[in-house]
Amino acid sequence: MTINARDRWVLDRPNSYIGRSVPRPNAKRLLEGRGNFVDDVVLPRMLHAVFVRSPYAHARIVSIDVEAAKGCPGVVAIVTGKQLAEHHSPWVGVLQHLKGITSPPQYAIAIDKACWQGEAVAAILAQSREQGEDAIDSVIVDWEELPVVADPETALDPDTPQIHDSLENNLCWERNFAAGDVDQAFTKADVVVEETFSVGRHTGVTVEPRSIVADYQPGEEKLTVYQSTQAPHMMQNVFAKHLGLNEGDVRVITKDVGGSFGIKVHVYADEFAAVALSRMFRRPIKFIADRLESFVTDIHARDHIVKARLAVSKDGTIEALEFDDLTGIGPYSMYPRTSGIEANQIVNLTGGAYQIQNYKAKTQVVFQNKGVMCQYRAVGHPVACLIAEGLVDYAAREINMDPVAIRRKNLFPDDAYPCKSITGMAFENLSHHQSLDKLIEMMEYDKLREEQETYRKQGTYRGIGLATFIEVTNPSPMFYGVGGAAISAQDGCTLRLDAKGNIFCATGVTEQGQGTEAVIAQIVATSVGVPMENIRVVTGDTEVTPYGGGTWASRGCGIAGEAAAQAGHVLRDNILDVAGIMLQTESTALDIQNGKIVDAADGTERTTLDEVARVAYYRPDTFPEDFQSELMVTRHYVPRDYPFAFTNGVQASYLEVDIETGFIRLLKHWCVEDCGTVINPQLVDEQIRGGIVQGLGGALFEHCIYSEDGQLLNGTMADYLVPMAAEIPDIDCAHVVSMTNSSELGAKGAGEAGTAGAPAAVMNALNDALSPFGVKLATMPFTPQTVLKALGAQ
Amino acid sequence: MNRKAELLEGDVEINLTVNGEQIVERVPVRRNLVDFLRVNLGLTGSHVGCEHGVCGACTVRLDDQIIRGCLTLAVQADGKRVDTIEGLSDDGTLKDLQIVFHERNALQCGFCTPGILLTAAEMLQQRPDVNREQIREYLSGNYCRCTGYHAIIDAIESVAKTRRQEISNDN
Amino acid sequence: MKAPPFSYIRPEAVESVIECLQQYGDDAVLLAGGQSLMASLNMRLSAPGVLVDINNVDSLSEIALVGNHLRIGAMTRQVEVEQSSLVAEHAPLISMAMPYIAHPAVRNRGTIGGSIAFADPAAELPACVVALQANLIAQGSKGERKIPATEFFKGLYETALTSDEVLTAIELPVAADQQKFAFRELARRHGDYAMVGVCAFTEWSEKSLSEARLVYFNVGDQPVVAVQTAAALKGVLSAENLESALEYLAEDLDPLSDLNADPSMRLHLAKVLTQRIFQEWMP
Repeated sequence: MTINARDRWVLDRPNSYIGRSVPRPNAKRLLEGRGNFVDDVVLPRMLHAVFVRSPYAHARIVSIDVEAAKGCPGVVAIVTGKQLAEHHSPWVGVLQHLKGITSPPQYAIAIDKACWQGEAVAAILAQSREQGEDAIDSVIVDWEELPVVADPETALDPDTPQIHDSLENNLCWERNFAAGDVDQAFTKADVVVEETFSVGRHTGVTVEPRSIVADYQPGEEKLTVYQSTQAPHMMQNVFAKHLGLNEGDVRVITKDVGGSFGIKVHVYADEFAAVALSRMFRRPIKFIADRLESFVTDIHARDHIVKARLAVSKDGTIEALEFDDLTGIGPYSMYPRTSGIEANQIVNLTGGAYQIQNYKAKTQVVFQNKGVMCQYRAVGHPVACLIAEGLVDYAAREINMDPVAIRRKNLFPDDAYPCKSITGMAFENLSHHQSLDKLIEMMEYDKLREEQETYRKQGTYRGIGLATFIEVTNPSPMFYGVGGAAISAQDGCTLRLDAKGNIFCATGVTEQGQGTEAVIAQIVATSVGVPMENIRVVTGDTEVTPYGGGTWASRGCGIAGEAAAQAGHVLRDNILDVAGIMLQTESTALDIQNGKIVDAADGTERTTLDEVARVAYYRPDTFPEDFQSELMVTRHYVPRDYPFAFTNGVQASYLEVDIETGFIRLLKHWCVEDCGTVINPQLVDEQIRGGIVQGLGGALFEHCIYSEDGQLLNGTMADYLVPMAAEIPDIDCAHVVSMTNSSELGAKGAGEAGTAGAPAAVMNALNDALSPFGVKLATMPFTPQTVLKALGAQ
Repeated sequence: MNRKAELLEGDVEINLTVNGEQIVERVPVRRNLVDFLRVNLGLTGSHVGCEHGVCGACTVRLDDQIIRGCLTLAVQADGKRVDTIEGLSDDGTLKDLQIVFHERNALQCGFCTPGILLTAAEMLQQRPDVNREQIREYLSGNYCRCTGYHAIIDAIESVAKTRRQEISNDN
Repeated sequence: MKAPPFSYIRPEAVESVIECLQQYGDDAVLLAGGQSLMASLNMRLSAPGVLVDINNVDSLSEIALVGNHLRIGAMTRQVEVEQSSLVAEHAPLISMAMPYIAHPAVRNRGTIGGSIAFADPAAELPACVVALQANLIAQGSKGERKIPATEFFKGLYETALTSDEVLTAIELPVAADQQKFAFRELARRHGDYAMVGVCAFTEWSEKSLSEARLVYFNVGDQPVVAVQTAAALKGVLSAENLESALEYLAEDLDPLSDLNADPSMRLHLAKVLTQRIFQEWMP
């Protein structure tokens, strides 16, 4: 559907909640410690699953002796991978649209060998978590250590051992893309800048670890799973498929989720094992990953080395961009979204803000004996942004052009749309220039430059860094569906007018704290015409909600929100049909405003919602014979005209470097984001802030550090450094609004934009601060050690 | 007179006050306080985020001071007073903080929130005239992944200001 | 993870503590604030058979002026040390260090004695007591003894305490007018263990530095006293003699490597911190 400006009925509603920073109704109980997280679930006869995990990055399991462990207090059973394999089918993390991607089948518990440090090789079921852990050391595993592949740069060398015998080599996937004539452009170019960017692998560290309670009920032969996940319907499909169950007999319930950011949208072997064990033992099984387990088993992300170069003319025009990306994942491509998507995004999106005629990109995704790796907030965008924004700044410095000016020269003009990037990304309408103008004004850029100059003269080194970016949101089936994945890009909303005039609302997207429930309620309230307090939103239950995709790729508001707006409109119409009969008026002459049925012309109150419900439910005998009221309505929505609703934004970082200690102090951060219609400004800004801080974490602190033999060296909260309050600056946000015409609401997504641009902004600010020293830092995270080494200060 | 200390093993009985209620419970000697609250008493508002004492999600009050529930044994709370997020919500101690946190959206997933609220309450008790930088420092032992902290700082700063105003209005 | 199983005993007097240590020997560990021990048990890094909880032992948590010494009971909570006006007045170096130790919730339970007896080379308090030449009072089966801080730390998590001894108090010389103290630390994040830190004790007569003690932490397996550097600083402070004195740090310190810094960076940071202290005191 393509909407004309005058067709935005929902944006014209009286007493509208659109654009209001309403506090979230469901936050109140969270403030009282009355959330419902999976670890809060206790079921009769529930056992705890504790996993015996491989201490080696790569080792054959010669034998497992569980006899001694079985006798430990509280231990009910111990199950090996071989035993569990009789109860489930393995999965393979490949999709058809990533041509050539390959990965071997993965079982819930390793059978022949462990391929990463921390991979589960046996499950202990015990009466308590403590007792399960006590038994671990009594499980005797005879290991045969195997050579470890822990360096992506040599993973494809002929004399590097292959991790999987069933595959040709350690290559998971490769993609090459070229457009225009890159070689020509570089030969002819006035200036060429190049760099090898290196991004340290890091991870999500959700405060609530991965959590699951599986309850297979033998009486009903039904499986109910309480899971801290983003995508309950996807998990329903996975559990049914790989356990040989009818999907209709599988229910996934997701209540409160303590942070996810993409970490909890994947299929984890240990979580699946817990479910398979519940089926096997016909009783509830709980598995809560503790923090030490989380570091070695949660997906990691963004482990990349990129050799890149940019050709520019003397006047600052970008002539060509080329890069060769190498990313080292774990030993398996994750299921079902594959571990190729991050690399694919980098090929698709690098430099996407700019008009580039000549572009060449190569990516190779290689297996390693390290933790598994997959989509984490902003998937690929932070790396894509580092490459383009880093090189653009280098070029600016080379030709003595202001970093703002060079961007203005090359950003797609605000009236260029619709158009496509050189990689074929279709842009409906973006606002790079307007956003950049707003940012420059907001941060008082010129003043900051003067301030920087003053400080520099005093020997204090401050830097300003910019990063423009595009962001994928509101994905269509082009993202996963076309590849054969049972992942829904459409979504639905069910609304029901209850007997006392309240509205029950069920939606297929899920809540992890971003405010899904509030935003959906705001939209429904606006669309139907009722106060928000009258609406109860239910998410995360495959038995109750419409079939949907859950939350990922910033789709909640734009897609599920649109379904909610449409459902609300239809419910309103259906209510007015009933009211019209009751009031002997044309339903088109009526409206619902503030929860009352009113005359559309002047707002005169005519009757109430509960009166309409009373008549429809208890006195339908008073209706004409040919009239049936329908006060429960479901509508679905999926974007059809664009594969993704691209958004755009620009960020700036202001920081100070202590050149004697190498310490970086973040002074301030700004972001101007265009995500189309903003339903709840406060919630959007908070998404941006949270996303930025995750980006800042990756830029300065976070790094999964591995030894040569594949051991994670810093897998604790003391050693893996997540940003805490004292290290983070205030963050100012502002917006430009370019509505999408793909929906009536005109809302695009906003959840990942902050993370996309923050690392590049920091890198550019750092290099700007250190430019008097001719230093260029391109290895993330940027630590005091790397700063000092670059300055040669030691 | 010092009576000889008794070696305790396995499960022991402890007597304590939790949220104003007298509790008598048997608990494994090795069980920490936050697990005791969650598992034995069903008070699931205090959360387990790391068990290293770093993230602060398990923060509870022991004899009126905030502590890490994961680094204190339940048996060490014998004879003492424990207050959790549930009790401090119900008795109104956290009311103004909760209202402002709600308005300012100083929480998202809510997992770190009980720990943050208890820390903020003690902060404002100890340092009523705390400034933004000091708020960040005092909160530096509470990990939040969702908010990026800015909204939390805003909320605490706002409550501090209101409380100071109320005191000066009274005077 | 959950802690492994252990037995637990909670004596109420120092004599009983010693009896427990004798009875259970190497299988027993003392549980003071628990902020380090419990974290380590929760990671199953050790599995002691008996936890001897000394939180109920009376008379170990007082702060008092005794003659020209400040005596702090070993079980005094870090928060009380932090907020004590006696400590601020008579042992200001300790007051300067306290805000750097972990976070408020941890300082509410952590104890000064526990931190010192745990002897983490990256911790603040061990370095402070060495810089102040404090005496550490221990009680064991052979009675009470005063152990000079400079002899107390033996290595990584290793002290001079015997297996049946418990630290009961810290005795600090009261600060005198002609003394100046400084504490500097660099950590990746506020409250983290230091990447490197320094405690400085100085004594001045007129504008001249007559005595200096520089103690560095997280540069080895215990606090390290930079003897030559301190000696070279004596006299009238100038930019030149500060620079040449700091050269001795390379001889005084032999820093270790870890994920945050290699030895040369640690040494460099130690120099920078020290330089900044004395630049502030430059006439």
